[in-house]
Amino acid sequence: MDDAERWRDLDLLLTRAGRLVGPGFEPGPELREFLQSPDCRVLCVGAGGLGCEILKDLALSGVVHIDVIDMDTIDVSNLNRQFLFRMKDVGQPKATVAAERINARVPGVKVTPVFGRIEDQPADWYRSFSLIILGLDSLEARRYMNSVVCGFLEYDDEGQPDQSTIKPMVDGGTEGFKGHARVILPGFTPCFECTLWLFPPQTKFPLCTLAETPRSPAHCIEYAHLILWGQVRPGEEFDTDNEEHMKWVYERAAERAKQYGIQGVTFQLTQGVVKNIIPAIASTNAIISAQCVLEALKTLTCFSTGLDNYMMYVGSSGLYSLTTKYDKDPACPVCSPGVPLDVDPDATLQQFIDQLLADPSLGKHLSAPSVSYGSTNLYAHGIFEADTRPNLSRRMGDLVADDGAVLTVNDKRLRGPMRVKVRYGSAMRA
Amino acid sequence: MLKLFSVKDKQKQQEAQNPGGLKPGKMSAGELRIQKDMAELNLPPNITISFPDGKDKYMHFFIVIRPDEGIYRGGKFTFEFTIPTGYPHDAPKVLCTTKVYHPNIDLEGKICLNILREDWKPVLSISSVVYGLQFLFLDPNPDDPLNKEAAQMFVDNPRQFEQYVQRAIQVGTYINNVHFPACMA
Repeated sequence: MDDAERWRDLDLLLTRAGRLVGPGFEPGPELREFLQSPDCRVLCVGAGGLGCEILKDLALSGVVHIDVIDMDTIDVSNLNRQFLFRMKDVGQPKATVAAERINARVPGVKVTPVFGRIEDQPADWYRSFSLIILGLDSLEARRYMNSVVCGFLEYDDEGQPDQSTIKPMVDGGTEGFKGHARVILPGFTPCFECTLWLFPPQTKFPLCTLAETPRSPAHCIEYAHLILWGQVRPGEEFDTDNEEHMKWVYERAAERAKQYGIQGVTFQLTQGVVKNIIPAIASTNAIISAQCVLEALKTLTCFSTGLDNYMMYVGSSGLYSLTTKYDKDPACPVCSPGVPLDVDPDATLQQFIDQLLADPSLGKHLSAPSVSYGSTNLYAHGIFEADTRPNLSRRMGDLVADDGAVLTVNDKRLRGPMRVKVRYGSAMRA
Repeated sequence: MLKLFSVKDKQKQQEAQNPGGLKPGKMSAGELRIQKDMAELNLPPNITISFPDGKDKYMHFFIVIRPDEGIYRGGKFTFEFTIPTGYPHDAPKVLCTTKVYHPNIDLEGKICLNILREDWKPVLSISSVVYGLQFLFLDPNPDDPLNKEAAQMFVDNPRQFEQYVQRAIQVGTYINNVHFPACMA
């Protein structure tokens, strides 16, 4: 099969104009050349249920240079849906096996695996990708990746995002029959931190209910897991992957259920409750991954306007999906621009704080501001007041050497931290 | 909307000018939030805080409460706070490292305080938790016990309960074969 034949469908999208194309779309063969060139590199974070689907979809959609990172090894319970893996692969790194399978199956594709933690990769590695797709199952990992891509974002002097610093990210997530896909263009669309409230809280039972008035099988299991374990096996870390540990919790939970006349404690339920497992549905993963890869292609080539900016899918009763345009949080501590402020480097910190309070637009949100630079408190109310008070008489230029540094201002009147970008330059010229 | 990849060349220039990783001192979102909590945390004289890993390592600290009234007056109770990376979506993890005879604190130091588990909300803060803990000493709740024996005695014989608690604080004592070392402020 020649190239034109093989990529006929992709070319139909990339070489023709149409009413649904994205702004600035210029149809032509250059787009596929770009998509398949080393300039276009896509990172897939996670090689699990979503990751396997995403990798397959990317490869079959014409993306050539793909990296995949995952810290896990293959478990036998993955095999029903993580279709790149076979029984003989159990125990092997997911990223490595997934890359091998895709490379063997799709001619021309170059998938590079990284078996390791996302936190261990340098920022420059993340910066080298054109686009990042997340196939993750935890809020922590998403927040970390969010801080990485938002860390690249820079704003110009007018407070507009510098487009060259935007690292597009597409996120997929599934939970049973439900899923979501979203597009994060830092500075343009809300980041994870802007919409942290979208993630539902974990169900947690009151400890005293577990201890005294269990009413459900889950109460009995959590009692054995959270209370009994520490009493009977003090100092021993509970390991969810240790079968003996899990069996111990199951047996104690079953005893307790019997004592209270509660039905329904099983080993499977014990695993589910303790590990907070929600059954994974292969078709949900397939649908969400397809949407994510489609959005990635749209973002990379503009052949169609992209998802703006969040799609939810519910497959438990028919097929339901809804697209919602969420708003950015203007006070987001991670992606909001620092408010630029001209500062005299010879001013003291106290004078800087007075300047904040007197500022016509900032001052009205402040009553007693605390100022920090990264993890260092320059001046803070609360428990660090006495420690940081001596800084008030110090020179700003000494406390904050970098022109353009972004300081964090906290105040009881502010809902979240306010970011202030210090500009020494113009004040010095004045 | 924007067209990202027409700016490919500019991006490459930018990389050349601006190498290196995340900016120095960059904090995670959870740390940023804790920093805000700390700036708004005003402790009364009978409560102190300490940071074993340094004053810019906010994610692990100890709070010491010295009740100046109520059944637990004169005692000194230490709580270890571990802030999960998911904060404030996830609640802080708090353990009482002083052994205490209390209806809502068990012998391993686990605490039954609603805002630490089922009623935690991201709008709550370290301040809310500290005040919740202080309240536990002023007004133990025997209806929702974690230490059932203590709760029973608290209801049946409040005077004896108070005597036990005070003896435990001042000189240390055995209560039902469990030793409670002295913990005078």
